[in-house]
Amino acid sequence: MGLPKLPKVSDPGLDETAKMLTPQRIEEVINRVIQKETAARLKVYMNTCVHCGLCSDACHWFLSNDRDPRFSPVGKVKQTLWEILRKKGRVDPDFLKECSRIAHTECNVCRRCSMYCPFGIDIAYLLLLVRRICSLLGLVPQFLQDTVNSHAVTLNQMWVKQDEWIDTLQWQEEDARDEVKTARIPLDKEGAEVFYSIIGPEPKILAQLIANMAQIMTVGGVDWTMPSLDGWDNSNMAMYSGDFETMGRVERVHHEAALRLKCRRIVMGECGHAFRGAMYDGPKWLGWKEPPIPLIHAIDFYHELLTSGRIKIKQKFEEPVTVQDPCNVVRGRGLGGKLREIVRMTCANFTEPEPGLEHNYCCGAGGGTINCGPPWKPSRVKGNRVKAEQFEATGAHIIITPCHNCHSGIEDIVAGYNLGMHVKFFSEILVQVMDVPEDLQA
Amino acid sequence: MHQAREWNGDWDWETGSRVIADTKPWNESYSEIHEFVTSRDGEKIAAVVKTEDDTHVPCVNGQPWSNTFEKAWSLRFCPDGRLFCFAMNDDEWTAVVDDEPWEETFDFVWNPQISLDGRTLAVNVRSPEGYGIALNGRSWEQRFVEARSCVLSPDGLRTAANVQMESLAEGDILGFAKGVWSLAVDGRPWDARFLNVWGCTFSDDGESVAAEVRPNLIEQTIAVDGKPWEQRFKAVWEPVFRPGTRDVIAPALTGEGWKLLVNGKPLWDRSFTQVWHQTFSPDRRIVAAVACPEFGRWTVVVDGNLWPCTFSHVVMPPVFSPDSRRIGAIFRDEGSWGLVVDRDPWPDRFDMIWDPVFSPDGDTVAVKAEKRGKYYLAVNGKVYPRAYDAMWDPQFSPDGSKILVRAIADGTFHRIVLPVSEVVG
Repeated sequence: MGLPKLPKVSDPGLDETAKMLTPQRIEEVINRVIQKETAARLKVYMNTCVHCGLCSDACHWFLSNDRDPRFSPVGKVKQTLWEILRKKGRVDPDFLKECSRIAHTECNVCRRCSMYCPFGIDIAYLLLLVRRICSLLGLVPQFLQDTVNSHAVTLNQMWVKQDEWIDTLQWQEEDARDEVKTARIPLDKEGAEVFYSIIGPEPKILAQLIANMAQIMTVGGVDWTMPSLDGWDNSNMAMYSGDFETMGRVERVHHEAALRLKCRRIVMGECGHAFRGAMYDGPKWLGWKEPPIPLIHAIDFYHELLTSGRIKIKQKFEEPVTVQDPCNVVRGRGLGGKLREIVRMTCANFTEPEPGLEHNYCCGAGGGTINCGPPWKPSRVKGNRVKAEQFEATGAHIIITPCHNCHSGIEDIVAGYNLGMHVKFFSEILVQVMDVPEDLQA
Repeated sequence: MHQAREWNGDWDWETGSRVIADTKPWNESYSEIHEFVTSRDGEKIAAVVKTEDDTHVPCVNGQPWSNTFEKAWSLRFCPDGRLFCFAMNDDEWTAVVDDEPWEETFDFVWNPQISLDGRTLAVNVRSPEGYGIALNGRSWEQRFVEARSCVLSPDGLRTAANVQMESLAEGDILGFAKGVWSLAVDGRPWDARFLNVWGCTFSDDGESVAAEVRPNLIEQTIAVDGKPWEQRFKAVWEPVFRPGTRDVIAPALTGEGWKLLVNGKPLWDRSFTQVWHQTFSPDRRIVAAVACPEFGRWTVVVDGNLWPCTFSHVVMPPVFSPDSRRIGAIFRDEGSWGLVVDRDPWPDRFDMIWDPVFSPDGDTVAVKAEKRGKYYLAVNGKVYPRAYDAMWDPQFSPDGSKILVRAIADGTFHRIVLPVSEVVG
């Protein structure tokens, strides 16, 4: 095809595990997945695709790699699933390593391409099916598999031990009191209105976000709690590696922790993929049509606090800002409008990204790709040049990203393309601009 | 339940209301009051409070303990009326029972487990030597890289935890795949190693232990005393022992869907979209579970027979009456919570509802329920009109003729004994 050779990336999650595979094992797993775990949906998608390529221009990987067809959505399916099906599972370990590279590290399953497909084919589903096959064969990039192992052991994604979790909450409660003197993080409070869940990186590396939330909850007068035991982490990289059994276990523990505490609803922190897992993929695997108790994303929650007047703004944030629309809560849930409302209520100088809302480009980190770790970072950053160009055009200094994967991925983009911008969660803006009543001030 | 029947005969069952404590003055004495807890007999109300000198102390009926702490949390009454919490001074944590700290201190303590009779307390501990469990103040001699969970045998004499046997370097997925987790009982680990161990349970005599295990990345099964079932599954949930036997019942995801299995073989000849929370009746004869017969519909299954009513969101674990005749389970359906007893849902729906409590003879069932921020007692489907600001689970007298209500109204904690006849009319 005359296309440039892609850099070789070493990853023991693919290189070492591929050595253990046999042709019989590969064929058995592939055919079992295709026959037992897929249904009419797969057949419809495969038979409906007319290979038109209109999905290509939807993909940030394709656009950022100079329209290299190998990075187009249909190209990714052609290089993986089409071959798997054509050969009826009789493929070799080297081919499957390539499948994992493409499906796990070069597709964010962001579903932008589905909007550009004339038939609305869920191309991300097809790539997730490839991931599922790879996962059952043990072919998952090392760092992503390690994250899934953490989920399986600790029910959180960062190997946070039970004592470390509680200790961190107590420490963050103290920190929150430096600003809001009555701030508390009530543990295991039965009957609380809000069960607040977050993702593993918060206690591990971004603990100040928990203190921020303690301040926001206290100023907003919210009756809330967090569990002292497992179930506090709402994230789910097993959903993205293809280990659906671990995904189901993680989601069950999350929802049952809230049910056990008799909370009215779950409020999830600023993370997009976690919302997808807790709202859609996890419940579905477990038999719940929807989450057993109401569940909302942080954007919805902040919107409630601000529009109800429970939190008032002292002075708007002045620096120019733009937003990153997280795929799973904007394209997947339609929260883009509310995101803009809360940004406009708190920030004086907001510039829309173009494209925006459901047409926004993925951060390039979602779908588990950032969890594939450092070996894959160069290709990930290269694969999202359009995101850098999009942000640069806004002239903003701050990118508000109500999603952890977006936050980390965009930090990489900002650094990789020398944008000189800063990335903030919305809670970081809110604690800065909210009006703390005098009697609560430390 | 049978335990409660034995000891609550000594409680004050005289009909009427008594004020146990007015908590309003606490607000003047303390800068901070954490969540209230009450004793089962309704004679005590307590909370961790913050004193003027920034220490924390449990305060019982208005009287603070003599010991004060830099931190205190997880306050709760044991079934026998003793008050428990975790507390820390000088960076050393321990458990404290009725103002008496355990002698041994730890880097951290958490996850209290209390036996049915309240006499035994087990907790997870971390010390410089590693992770383990402490039972009534004495910790396991063995320490582990990590110990997660703390499970107490029904008699309160034995403890178990899933434990990590070897350290792994960051990202060591190949080492992980070899299996570094096991289950330790009284500190002694099984010989077997697995990728994961979850959901451990003791037999009722405490002699045997079963747990969910993952022998490799794509298979799960149940292990009993370290020996896995021969059968392997995509996924399993928590096992339970059939009381009085070594038979182990667990849900497993088979090729035909989720099934309840006994010792690896189907217990019933039917499968479900989901089945979990299997529970045995007190007389050991009946097994009930939460089941999802079709996607998005939930109910109770009893000895393989589904209840005809199904609910849209969730059904919580079934609760048997002490005489094993009746079963109740709370559910959420179309946005509100309710209770179903013996296949019949109560007509009233609530914003929240707690597990049902049966009278000793099983004839009467009572619940705590919440509507528009107020708490109510409901008995046999009838909501008692008095509303409270806070409330705890109702308790029945030994003869089942009276109900003890523990509730707060206008800042005052009341202990109220009501004749059942007055509530149900």
